[in-house]
Amino acid sequence: MEEFINVVILAFMAGTVVAIVMLRNLFAVVMLSGIYSLLAASIFVVLDAVDVAFTEAAVGAGISTVLFIATLALTTRYEKRPLHKPLLPLLVCLVTGAVLVYGSLDMAPFGHADAPAQKHVAPYYLEKTKADTGVPNVVTAVLASYRGYDTLGEVTVIFTAGIGVILLLGSWRRGLTTPAPHTEDEEA
Amino acid sequence: MKDYLVLRIVTKLLLPFILLFGLYVQFHGDFGPGGGFQAGVIFASGFILYSLVYGVRAARRILPIGILRAGIAGGVLIYASVGIASFILGENYLNYGALDHHDPAHGQHLGIFLIELGVGTTVASVMMTVFFTFATWRED
Amino acid sequence: MDVFVSLYNYWIVIFLAMAGLYIVIARGNLIKKLVGLNVFQASVFILYISFGKVFGGTAPILADGIEVYSNPLPHVLILTAIVVGVATTALGLALVVRIRKE
Repeated sequence: MEEFINVVILAFMAGTVVAIVMLRNLFAVVMLSGIYSLLAASIFVVLDAVDVAFTEAAVGAGISTVLFIATLALTTRYEKRPLHKPLLPLLVCLVTGAVLVYGSLDMAPFGHADAPAQKHVAPYYLEKTKADTGVPNVVTAVLASYRGYDTLGEVTVIFTAGIGVILLLGSWRRGLTTPAPHTEDEEA
Repeated sequence: MKDYLVLRIVTKLLLPFILLFGLYVQFHGDFGPGGGFQAGVIFASGFILYSLVYGVRAARRILPIGILRAGIAGGVLIYASVGIASFILGENYLNYGALDHHDPAHGQHLGIFLIELGVGTTVASVMMTVFFTFATWRED
Repeated sequence: MDVFVSLYNYWIVIFLAMAGLYIVIARGNLIKKLVGLNVFQASVFILYISFGKVFGGTAPILADGIEVYSNPLPHVLILTAIVVGVATTALGLALVVRIRKE
């Protein structure tokens, strides 16, 4: 049953992506990318990654759709018709895809407990987390404790991206002194 | 959106629950799914909903821009200073076992709690700031 | 049929990634390009989470009476990657707005 749901949701995602490629109405494209994120979140639940599903549903389907729509309001709603047939990009993608499919034939079968990815440090984390940290959620323990340096780096990246957006779009002084410049309700 | 009475009332009703859920995800992340990243985004989305319905000016009145900018930097500072604290207490950087000498596991738990708080603060502030910046930008 | 079940996820991921790559290199509109990047990014997330799945396992939250858990390590990597992804997307959108208005 689990595998069946897995197959169906992934097929839905492939269909959504085909629609994203075809459409030129950017509003529809952004909405479809929100649906794509929501489908990704459901596939994460099926694959036991509940924390990741949570994040993807909140971030991918929520915040990033809102940001895309805000950008559409500031720029344009429709994509221009392409000038010439995209034969070269199509060829590049087909060749790259064929090489990747050839490479995938050597990969460990999906879901097997003796795949190489399951052998290295993961059993250590599952075994030691309870004694080392007293936290039942292994994902939180690895994120915050075993790989704390990594997460510190990620938080710094988010910090830097926030500063970058402020520097690009917000004027540093004006934002601090006067309230938002044009904020009538229909704006939102 | 002055005419959409239903939207305005439903937003007011939902907002406390969204924020409460954000706090639950933040502080219950050790035991169930959740943590600083998710909680920050959920917390931010509550305020984004409010500013979508009531306008950015109203949201800015609740959350002055100074607080948001302090939050962006403050979260990273909380995270890094937990590392420095474990430094001073005689352990490696970000080894939270040092926070409680009698029971290292308890120290680990405390450290995880604190740095998740830092992560949540930064993520929430960055998401809200980014949205407000996009919503209030104009051509000069 | 056996090959199909064991490699289906990877093939769909490859299809999604190539569709994202196609959007990025074949379309001129910058917002569409960013959507393509997001599609590509999500396909990589699914690849990683597929690596971590163990049949018969459950979510890696320790509980009594459960023996088999899926691999927590890819979950951690992807969890942070998603949030970093949206932060960098926001930066890209800010650049798009500026480019449009200059």
